[in-house]
Amino acid sequence: MRSIIKYLKEIVMAVWSLLKGMKVTGYYFFQPNKIVTQKYPENRKNLVMFERFKGEVIMPHNEKNEHKCTGCGICEINCPNGTIEIISKSILTEDGKKKRAIDKHIYRLGMCTFCALCVKTCPSEALAFSQEFEHAVFNRALLIKVLNKPGSQLMKGVE
Amino acid sequence: MFDFAPLTKWIDTVLHNAMSPFWAVVVEMLIVGVLILLFYALIGLFLVYAERKVCAFMQNRLGPNRVGPFGLFQTIADLVKLLLVELVPIRNADKFLFNLAPFIVITASFMAIAAIPFAKGLHAIDLNIGIFYVIAVSAMGVIGILLAGWASNNKYSLIGAMRSGAQIVSYELSVGLSLITMVILAGSMQLSVIVEGQATGWFIFKGHIPAFIAFIVFLVASTAETNRGPFDLAEAESELTAGYHTEYSGIKFAFFFLAEYMNMFIVASIAATVFLGGWMPFHVGNWDGFNAVMDFIPPFVWYIVKTFFVVFLMMWFKWTFPRLRIDQLLTLEWKYLLPINLVNVLIMAFIVLMGWHF
Repeated sequence: MRSIIKYLKEIVMAVWSLLKGMKVTGYYFFQPNKIVTQKYPENRKNLVMFERFKGEVIMPHNEKNEHKCTGCGICEINCPNGTIEIISKSILTEDGKKKRAIDKHIYRLGMCTFCALCVKTCPSEALAFSQEFEHAVFNRALLIKVLNKPGSQLMKGVE
Repeated sequence: MFDFAPLTKWIDTVLHNAMSPFWAVVVEMLIVGVLILLFYALIGLFLVYAERKVCAFMQNRLGPNRVGPFGLFQTIADLVKLLLVELVPIRNADKFLFNLAPFIVITASFMAIAAIPFAKGLHAIDLNIGIFYVIAVSAMGVIGILLAGWASNNKYSLIGAMRSGAQIVSYELSVGLSLITMVILAGSMQLSVIVEGQATGWFIFKGHIPAFIAFIVFLVASTAETNRGPFDLAEAESELTAGYHTEYSGIKFAFFFLAEYMNMFIVASIAATVFLGGWMPFHVGNWDGFNAVMDFIPPFVWYIVKTFFVVFLMMWFKWTFPRLRIDQLLTLEWKYLLPINLVNVLIMAFIVLMGWHF
């Protein structure tokens, strides 16, 4: 008798768990607003990528054309496939001291694997990811980018 | 209710007046054949599209949406592609059986569709053993699958075919027994009589608990019988590449593909006919006003809506449940479905004997 009760209980529990699964898929079936697919070329104008999306490495500049990169070279050391090359120069500070500063932060987009080691290890948080993803160009040379803008300076207070 | 019988009768008399009885029958068969072929192709294409859409919505995707409005012509584009694809000859295959297998599979499903009542008077052959005929004919498809697996001379195909054989042989029992439960209630195997018997209420309501259990068992067993997920071990992509149709390409593959979807449609039609009243509108006892309103909806629409409801249920199963192992599959049949079914037949017979059904 006990085994029969166990048998029936098993069936009821099995059906219950199957119904639970069907509830989830059924819920999504009747919720078209939960669809995550983007109709890309059509909605190109108002497509908003996610914050966490890794499009390409950029160096954010503020409105006074200042960045936070001190030219320490940690990103260059950490990059696993030599995507980043830093060309530094020495400048004279206001009080007449010599100081290392960045001349060119060269970023080769064609070699980047988007591992984010440069962004994570940067001590002054000078690098970030942009959500730009339309990278196709006709010339490979165009994929080599200089991240610091011409005439930009180190932001005050960043050492 | 719109009745197709006068129309078919009129065609019959016109043909008989115009030519000898032999040629009249030949022409009638041709007309029915072409109509069913068209219906078969259209429904098959639509089902593939519907499956992809349903699957997409359940997985938070859009599904096909590029070819035509809402991607409606996607399957037509796929069909054109399949027709143009090269038929790869398999060197060590058994050529005759290899080429024969897809035709057996598609003929089996094509024969089954002939016995289905689509609407009042729209019924190709009304056999007095209609349900028996449909079960027998649809079980023939497994011969094609076994042949395909054997003739391909490929281990994956053979394993897939053997699994399919084991599966269909065991689940055929449950399908048969759950239909027998309803045959007891209907008192006939003739599909037109079964549909007429549901004029006052569908059998799933009339037979209450045993009918409902039989419906569930039929759904599970028929999903297994048509080799659809979660019972798609015969073509389990992750283990057997594509199972019995691994070696097929082009139109021969399309035959298998189409036959699979049409088997689903046929099984859904049987479920709709036997349990949900076929083309019979939804009637409630003595509510004459309500019944009259329901009669305004044409019977063919009722039939299609019910069938697609069952098809949707089967797609829902496929895209929710993970695939079973072969031992789990056989356990489900022999330890659960079959005993439940046997008890259910007894209960139904007792209920009919005592007149406890509505």
